[in-house]
Amino acid sequence: MKRVRFWGTRGSLPVALTATELRARLVTAVKGARAATLATEEAVESYVDGLGFPVAGTFGGHTSCVQIETHSSHYVLCDLGSGARPFGQAAMARHGFASPQTYHIFMSHLHWDHIMGLPFFTPAYIPGNRLRIYGGHSELEAALRRQMEPPSFPVPFSYFKADIEFFHLVPGSRHEINGMTVTALRQRHGGDSYGYRFEQDGRTVVYSTDSEHTLADPADTKRFVEFFGGADLVIFDGMYSLADAISVKADWGHSSNVVGVELCQLAGVEHLCLFHHEPAYDDATIARVLDDTRRLEEITRAGHALRISAAYDGLEIEL
Amino acid sequence: MEITNRVSGDMIVVAPTGRVDHATAADFERAVVPLLEAAGGPRAGLVFDLERVTYISSVGLRVLMIASKALRARGARIAVAAMQPVVAEILEICRFGAVVEVFTTVDAALDAMSPAAAASRPLATKAP
Repeated sequence: MKRVRFWGTRGSLPVALTATELRARLVTAVKGARAATLATEEAVESYVDGLGFPVAGTFGGHTSCVQIETHSSHYVLCDLGSGARPFGQAAMARHGFASPQTYHIFMSHLHWDHIMGLPFFTPAYIPGNRLRIYGGHSELEAALRRQMEPPSFPVPFSYFKADIEFFHLVPGSRHEINGMTVTALRQRHGGDSYGYRFEQDGRTVVYSTDSEHTLADPADTKRFVEFFGGADLVIFDGMYSLADAISVKADWGHSSNVVGVELCQLAGVEHLCLFHHEPAYDDATIARVLDDTRRLEEITRAGHALRISAAYDGLEIEL
Repeated sequence: MEITNRVSGDMIVVAPTGRVDHATAADFERAVVPLLEAAGGPRAGLVFDLERVTYISSVGLRVLMIASKALRARGARIAVAAMQPVVAEILEICRFGAVVEVFTTVDAALDAMSPAAAASRPLATKAP
């Protein structure tokens, strides 16, 4: 495995920057520019970079879709949230219609925010393409077909001209897929979800979203510490604060940045990437959560430093 | 993990020691849960004296959440006091400011939360 690309990072439903938020950023940038010397292209670039991510960037609003780039020419995706649409457009722009591709797609679960990108996933409509869709739910195929039935969507599943196959993955078993060893783990979420551990050439990526952790159960902690064990990268559902996750939002099926740090520290993980951001959070809030999470890691560090990122649409992480 | 508790007026003060983490949280919970009934009855509330706690993880904070829910449901109050800077920062990052009241000392907590507790201790130890 070479790198991970994030096409959709938001939880629950897509969001977009509003006109009011964009204007506020422009005002901040222009005010700051009054005192700056911006005579050259480099100076402008440097000034913009210095504004900080919540002003000069955005975490984005597409729902879950993550690409793992391997040494194979086949594509590997986790989930088909709305981020699958720009991914599909990029793949079509690269390969066109005459160069069939294979897409291995691992589904965490079948809630709407994780499947809503499929009807807009252009490669599925192209003859010759191959979609291999993997999951732990027995309803996997039925759920993807159902969202394309009337009155929910005007284009039926049968309009897909790609060769599409579904595969049930048994949790706990090691599956050899596309040169990777893939292990699924059942997670606590409404209707269950599945995390995936991908291993190839000494590199390990764990995709663990929509997963609530039972803090009172040491066996649950042990299962996840083993599942995350020694990973180069863990993509983790850090949707809520710890206080919310264990009070007003208990049993909502999500976790917190704090539990992400603790599990990754126990598991000796190299890099924790916060994912499935709360849709009610603006960019400044997510950036503050990231700062807090890094600080928590720093003040609780017992061994090696755990690198921490917050995923955004367009982020690439080299492995 | 050593956990002591004492009664001060109509308040209970609980004082754990050391790390409250995956290895010790169960002991912490077993010590705290029986106190919740007492603290929610004729008592006005419960104060966690965290002066000798060096670290608290999510499983330890879960016990504070259990206590907060139980006590507030009965109209009683709950606070943490005398936290070491690291522990105070952890609670802030975990957004626990709305879960428990925070005081710099146990005496300040007792003074603020219960006139009976404030009156029950010697004048010389009262907060200025």
